[in-house]
Amino acid sequence: MSASVSTAPSTTPAKVTPSAHTSTGRLGWLVLPALLFFVVFAVVPLIGVFVLSFTSWDGIGAISFTGLKSWTAVLTDPGLPHALWVTFLIIVLSWIAQTPLSILLGVFISGSQKYRAVLAVLFFLPLLLSAAAVSIAYKALLDPNFGLGPGLKLAILTQDWLGKSTLAMGVVIFIIAWQWIPFHSLIYQGAIRQIPTSMYEAAQIDGAGRVRQFFSITLPQLKNTMITSSTLMIVGSLTTFDLIFVLTGGGPNDATRALALDMYLTGFRANQMGLASAIAVILVVVGLILAQVLQRLGGKERNSQLEGA
Amino acid sequence: MATQTATRRTGSSRSAGAPANGTTARKNWLGGAFGWLWLLIVLIPIYWIVITSFKSSAGYFGTNPLLPSATPTLDNYKLVLQNDFVRYFMNSVIVTVGATIPAVLISFMAAFAIVRGAGRWLKAVNALFLMGLAIPLQATIIPIYLIIIKAGMYNSLGAIILPSIAFAIPLTVLILSNFVRDVPNELFEAMRMDGSSEWGTMWRLAFPLTRPALVTVTIYQGLQIWNGFLLPLIFTDRADLRVLPLALWTFQGQYSVNIPAVLASVVLTTLPILVLYIVGRRQLLSGLTAGFSK
Repeated sequence: MSASVSTAPSTTPAKVTPSAHTSTGRLGWLVLPALLFFVVFAVVPLIGVFVLSFTSWDGIGAISFTGLKSWTAVLTDPGLPHALWVTFLIIVLSWIAQTPLSILLGVFISGSQKYRAVLAVLFFLPLLLSAAAVSIAYKALLDPNFGLGPGLKLAILTQDWLGKSTLAMGVVIFIIAWQWIPFHSLIYQGAIRQIPTSMYEAAQIDGAGRVRQFFSITLPQLKNTMITSSTLMIVGSLTTFDLIFVLTGGGPNDATRALALDMYLTGFRANQMGLASAIAVILVVVGLILAQVLQRLGGKERNSQLEGA
Repeated sequence: MATQTATRRTGSSRSAGAPANGTTARKNWLGGAFGWLWLLIVLIPIYWIVITSFKSSAGYFGTNPLLPSATPTLDNYKLVLQNDFVRYFMNSVIVTVGATIPAVLISFMAAFAIVRGAGRWLKAVNALFLMGLAIPLQATIIPIYLIIIKAGMYNSLGAIILPSIAFAIPLTVLILSNFVRDVPNELFEAMRMDGSSEWGTMWRLAFPLTRPALVTVTIYQGLQIWNGFLLPLIFTDRADLRVLPLALWTFQGQYSVNIPAVLASVVLTTLPILVLYIVGRRQLLSGLTAGFSK
């Protein structure tokens, strides 16, 4: 917990306590518009995807119940463990690529020097581009015949980036990091600024050096932020679709065919909505498990915080 | 929750210009070196995209890729504009405005009720919205597709707008309710003394006081919807209904060998967002810090 814990009890009760316990009846209807949208386009579909996973549907014709047929097909298809493995790789590798660099960059832009704020504004630029735009631009930039590498006649940049399995995965991870590291460093920057100076002063008196201060003060104080940031990263990686769809279409040889893309291709390209629904249910389950794990890591005392992600 | 609220308030006042602490003004060689290195990593591709988009499609490959063209041309931009860019731009504007504004308004009403009201009903609704944060909503796309077809909405901008509103609700309600909670209770009491209805209090007191948060979530959700790809891809297949990301993708499919033209389309689709970012960057950056660094 960050130092602000100590200020919480004194400032919050007066502001948080709802005064109008009797007003529920008059206020209850205000949630209805939002609730209506959420039920129709999130809750019903969530139940629906479960139901559809027991049917056979080509996306146009009639829907017929086929029991466990879709599930048997999905669970015995080697495509599923492969898609899970690809998704797992993207989650883990993009976390490893982003987290240390985001913290480092967050520490850097949290400094008070003016130019660092200017840099932060520039760092944020990639986030304005759509995943489609980023993928298209990188596809051009990495083109083995007409891209940046052959233009500069640099052999190391002139590779069949999207044609080789490991390279394509590397490119996906790099682009995720390129686009999202600035966002996460902004989150870390906000948290770093909340660490009280007194902690560093005390450490200085104790003779702790800069590196020591980073590891024994900054890093532990960032624990909660790290969980918020990691949750966003993991959920983002789990549902990566646009980027891979435009960049590689899942190739080469399905090397980047992650779960969300697998669902789309099975449902809307191969017209097997029943199978795709089963994959979607697996996607939901994986998402819920990951959310639970992260919540546990965060400890019980801060369970409401995760919801902020 | 209480901790969260207090912490966030500290965060937002800090980013509003109060003296920072922690690593203030200390030299940090590693961070500094990496900061400048990252600047290059961010800017070189963007720089390359922009300068290449002004090169002629025929002669671009012979030139140094990192030097601007000696004879810049607007031909690529003309080609993109001739390919119905204006229509796609308008589609994107309609979808983004049509989804973001209602989403933020109904989320604000819900957030107000959740914070100011009490009882099991509102608690249950809040829990339902929070659940929406843990579930990858993309996974619900197939049943939504079925709903859209049954409602006769396939191939309409409404088919993109309605689910976008629903997907934006959980996070928007969460952030806005944190901010409504920050409004001092005495102000609500004063409004009540003056005989204001809850409806009036909501719009005349809570709405103006949560304005910074409202602007931030509007920008954030607007950006998400503007850049959205999956919903337009699945719910429309008519050329005149394409939104920009989808148009970009089809354009790239048609002109993939004409790299300068493809890059011009990337620049052109990002330009409106860039202009908005230049205008509202302070709001967005400090708002995001306040919203996520809890």
